[in-house]
Amino acid sequence: MKELFILAVVTVFTLVTYYLVEPFAHSHMHKHIESKGFAYADLPALTKKGDAARGKDLVMGAGACTGCHGIKVAGMPAPMDPVTAAQSYGVNPPDLSNAGVVFDPKFLAALIKNPAHALMLEHKYNAKSGKTFPMTQFYGAGGDMDQEVADMVAYLQSIAVPKEKLTPDMAFETACGRCHAIHYEYNLDGKLHPAWTQIGEKPSFKHKQDELAFETKVLDYQDALTKYLGTLPPDLSMYIRSRGEHYIKTFVEDPQAYLKGTAMPRVGVTAEAADKVVEHLENVGDSKRHIRDEVGKNVMIYMFIFAIFAILWKKEVWRDLH
Amino acid sequence: MKNSSRRGFMGKAFGAVAGVGAVASLYAMKRSWDPLPSVKAAGFTTLDMSAYKENELVVEKWRGKPIFVLKQSKEMLATEDKNMSQLTGKSTAEMDKKRLIKVGDDYFLVCVGLCTHLGCIPGYRPETKDFLCACHGGMYDDTAMVIKSPPPRGLDIPPFKVDGMKIVLGETSPEYEKMLADGVTLKV
Amino acid sequence: MAHFTKATSLHDWLNQRLGIDTVRRVMATEYWIPKNINFLWAMGMVLAITFGLLLISGIFLLMYYQPNIHLAFDSVNYTIMQEVGYGWLWRHVHGVAASVVFLVIYIHMFTGIYYGSYKKGREMIWISGMLLFVAFSAEAFSGYMLPWGQMSYWAGMVITNLFSMGGLHMDGLVEWIRGDYVPAQAFLNRFFMLHVLLIPLVILGLIGLHFGALRIPHVNNQDGEEIDFEAESKKYLAGDKANSKVIRFMNDFMSKDMMVVGIYLIFFFYLVFYHYDFAMDPVNFDPANGLKTPTHIYPEWYFLWSYEILRPFSTNVGLIAFAFAQVIFFLLPFLDRSPNAVPASRRGLFKYWFWAMLIDMIILTAMGKVPPEGVFSTIGFYAALTFIGLWIALPFITKFEKKV
Repeated sequence: MKELFILAVVTVFTLVTYYLVEPFAHSHMHKHIESKGFAYADLPALTKKGDAARGKDLVMGAGACTGCHGIKVAGMPAPMDPVTAAQSYGVNPPDLSNAGVVFDPKFLAALIKNPAHALMLEHKYNAKSGKTFPMTQFYGAGGDMDQEVADMVAYLQSIAVPKEKLTPDMAFETACGRCHAIHYEYNLDGKLHPAWTQIGEKPSFKHKQDELAFETKVLDYQDALTKYLGTLPPDLSMYIRSRGEHYIKTFVEDPQAYLKGTAMPRVGVTAEAADKVVEHLENVGDSKRHIRDEVGKNVMIYMFIFAIFAILWKKEVWRDLH
Repeated sequence: MKNSSRRGFMGKAFGAVAGVGAVASLYAMKRSWDPLPSVKAAGFTTLDMSAYKENELVVEKWRGKPIFVLKQSKEMLATEDKNMSQLTGKSTAEMDKKRLIKVGDDYFLVCVGLCTHLGCIPGYRPETKDFLCACHGGMYDDTAMVIKSPPPRGLDIPPFKVDGMKIVLGETSPEYEKMLADGVTLKV
Repeated sequence: MAHFTKATSLHDWLNQRLGIDTVRRVMATEYWIPKNINFLWAMGMVLAITFGLLLISGIFLLMYYQPNIHLAFDSVNYTIMQEVGYGWLWRHVHGVAASVVFLVIYIHMFTGIYYGSYKKGREMIWISGMLLFVAFSAEAFSGYMLPWGQMSYWAGMVITNLFSMGGLHMDGLVEWIRGDYVPAQAFLNRFFMLHVLLIPLVILGLIGLHFGALRIPHVNNQDGEEIDFEAESKKYLAGDKANSKVIRFMNDFMSKDMMVVGIYLIFFFYLVFYHYDFAMDPVNFDPANGLKTPTHIYPEWYFLWSYEILRPFSTNVGLIAFAFAQVIFFLLPFLDRSPNAVPASRRGLFKYWFWAMLIDMIILTAMGKVPPEGVFSTIGFYAALTFIGLWIALPFITKFEKKV
């Protein structure tokens, strides 16, 4: 059994080396931040029960939301095209059709009352810097502001798709798509989905001039965005492999914890929406994962059979050699 | 003897197991050679049929090949009888209509612009309403049926699907399947 | 003109023209290997199989890879990984095999050191093996450039900067190697050429030399016993297989090889499908950006020990230490002054030298990965000194070794 002892020695040294080079070293290189379950503990809980009908009046009226935000699903187009909006405000105010299902209601309420605070951008927008956040806060419509805010949130939740119908690409486009592009196309359920730019899916063009015109629009938008944020947010096509699920979810939950002073806002997604965003990034950057698991299972079974037959053959051959 | 035959058997058994792995690997290798999904997706071209003018040949592109689109005028539709297909000997009226695609109230010739003889691109002559292939003198009429050899058959018609005022090349439809069944074209 | 007779079979026809029976005898059925060996002797076959996996997976990667700085990253991470049928499989196999091959190389190397398989006529096997290690290192480095990720770019930047030779400031040489001021199109293309053509040819040639160097001295055995291959092979062929000290390469040695390979491939494919981040570093999934250095840059694990010998010292001293580390292993047969070609366990102080060297290289590897701060920096410094010290001590330890 000398051979087993030798195998044990080799295995131990290999595993020790692996442990030191991978888990041990990486724990010293990367901050490890635990998820807080998207609880947003720093934001106040909602105390009032919202009325969607009242909320609709506020959103369309005294809340002045539709002055900047489109709501496609309610037939309200955006007041400006994305490029002009970005050049005016820095970012393109998001369409609110699915805000109610993608974002946490506590977060939405806090955002309406004080955007820079909810988005964790007060390090950039504060009295000292003199910079004001592009979205003005809601000062109330004359009644109980908490009730009014709860009403508006209830309205947004009423027009959004139900949770089960929220697809990964919808979650991504709503939560991330105004700043982050994904230039990889991807296949899902037999359909080829086009690349995503900050101003929408990239269409296919018959004439080169139309394609160049679209790309110019995208570049203009990206210039405005870079000016506003200080840097262009990275393309996320391969982020699922370069950052991994845990980093992405905890980063989205609290960007400042990883990159203090970053211009990326806390986007305030719900836990389920965060899962859908990760699923979208997997569909784009690791689309073969299911096939890989399937083939992997079969290959492992085959390799065991291969090894067994090899062992049996060796035993036969060595029967009269020992 | 028994030992060596059992050893021989074990060796062959192991070889067979290894062979299974080799075959599986060959399958994976074959799949890696397959055309990519993006190549196959690019195999569809949509044409807007409302944009064409009568008796004016427009060359589109489908799967890297030139596609002739020729809108038929009333005159062209009326002169079918005059053109004899020397090679088929069939009544050209029936053949012509079978080769054309009806979109709305109009008839179109949509075919692959490569001569069925050796693959050159024939030129269209609107004055005489025929195609002349400069390479070896082959000629086709205004529905791309052969009127002078050497081409062995009329210009091939690609799989198509009529969708309102548009045609999608690369997708099949009952109309296209009928063309195949009638022998109007071979599969492209 | 040799005399040809009418062939009795296809085998006979080929045999008369190519001498296949003789080839079979010389290369396989009467290539005699000692029987007194353990599974570590199969590492050579494991390396051959792994190299084969690299070649085959490389062929399919080569069908779709684009060596252009604007296209390279997406040709790998979009086209190959997500479009090509089983493209992801070839990429995973290639990446994991490139990493695991070095684990096996190190096991193979240290087996040779332990059993004294570099002395007494086997020096050329050792030297050709070390040349193979250098060739594989160059192949791994050039290959790592190709995905053109952040790690590719910055590793390329840092390693080519080494050629400025510290205080000599040979920046012209660095620019000549790169073909540009920084790693750019010229750099990528030439390392593509090296990776795909030149270095593989060199490796194939060196493998031939390595196998050739093995023939005359024969394969070693667990006790370092000098075997009379003539006599023992006669015993075997006469029918006394159990008492013969030798076995045939084919099928005796090969069946044991295949058993080890079978078990190895279970471990290998587990890594390919389920545990591959160590071989495909996440940082390299960021496209190369010459204006942004990653927070942590580190080489692949198999270069870490060498990297750590460079790091703790000032520029010029570090470069000298680094050069020393690359070359010193070649000199092992000549620095070992003892005539004993037996396992280290029977070689007095050399036994301790062996385990100290192995452990020191693992410590260097670990310290090469962690950020060079605080206690890690100190440990790395002393580990590097220990490495140099061990090699200086070797001639003295072995000179006074009792003859076995």
